Amino acid sequence: MTANDVAYNGKVEGDVIVTRADAVINWIRKHSVWPMPMGLACCAIELMASAASRYDISRFGMEVMRFSPRQSDCMIVAGTVTYKMAEVVRRIYDQMGDPKWVVAMGACASTGGMYRSYAVMQGVDNIVPVDVYVSGCPPRPEALLDAMIKLQDKIGNESSVRNLRKTNPVATG
Amino acid sequence: MIDEDFTKSLLKKHSYLSQRDSIDWFTVECPDKEIVSFTKSMRDDEGFEMLIDLTAIDHGEGEESRFSTVIHLYSLVHRGYVRIHSLCLDNDNPSMPSVAEIYPAANWHERETFDMFGIRFLDHPNLKRILMWDEYPYYPLRKEFPLAGIDTPLPAADVVEVTKASVEPAPMMGGPFVSSNSGPMSDSEPRAKDESWTERKEKPL
Repeated sequence: MTANDVAYNGKVEGDVIVTRADAVINWIRKHSVWPMPMGLACCAIELMASAASRYDISRFGMEVMRFSPRQSDCMIVAGTVTYKMAEVVRRIYDQMGDPKWVVAMGACASTGGMYRSYAVMQGVDNIVPVDVYVSGCPPRPEALLDAMIKLQDKIGNESSVRNLRKTNPVATG
Repeated sequence: MIDEDFTKSLLKKHSYLSQRDSIDWFTVECPDKEIVSFTKSMRDDEGFEMLIDLTAIDHGEGEESRFSTVIHLYSLVHRGYVRIHSLCLDNDNPSMPSVAEIYPAANWHERETFDMFGIRFLDHPNLKRILMWDEYPYYPLRKEFPLAGIDTPLPAADVVEVTKASVEPAPMMGGPFVSSNSGPMSDSEPRAKDESWTERKEKPL
């Protein structure tokens, strides 16, 4: 049995479920990701569209978008991160409770995108550890949903205890 | 439309004004010490009640007068614009009287102009940077400032300690937003295809 399987065969096991802590904890985590919408530019509009009825992110258990970092565990950085805003993004990330994940949505958040200039940080991974990057300018809601499903897979394959605290990783140059 | 009678009488009324060549709107050159009284009379006497824009020009290092400010006023009576151009006398510490008292809309425009060009607006109610952070040491729209930026520490010491992040010159080559060299828009879009040079490594001649 692998770490991300949750198996129960009632005929064999009766009322007892035998599994692994990782499998159960990750199963709980990945089906109720509460995103923190860090909407900084036009990507945030696509983010809103993916929360609305046509694309409906709640099919994946992520409809509870909280604007309070204390209540969130996945920061979706949707938009251009300027150097002036970088400090704020990092502070909000620090205020989120562990375990937490980051999705860099779109070209700007991933690499600086079209903004090759003095004012824009060339990728949010300079200040926070990014789990999933989404390409596009802006990405379509389907692309974001695909990224969130990828994130669910990633959460499912993590060691749930070892990744409890991820506050100090520094991005690669 | 701004008619010729009006522009003639305006130049006559304010002897310190001179007309500047312009391809579109009537443009006057106004000495910096007269700018407050002139804009006040434009607002109160001539019906130019709307400030459309306030910005500056960097004519380049080595010019006799390096910086000048430009004010665009609009009149709902005349249905037209007047552009006011004033030279900053000091090239090293450029300054200009603030018109924020006369047009409150100028408040943020002047802050942005200060932020981007380093022109100090005298008697401005709140002259501090509006786009870049307060400690930023450069004025990005000056001619000598490279588009990519200059190595600069970020303001928050605790965040920098954890992330080791700082302002680094942005790469200028390649990238996803580079257009092809053919097509109707190819002249107006970024099209640096040569990846052998960056802001750090000079482009070979």
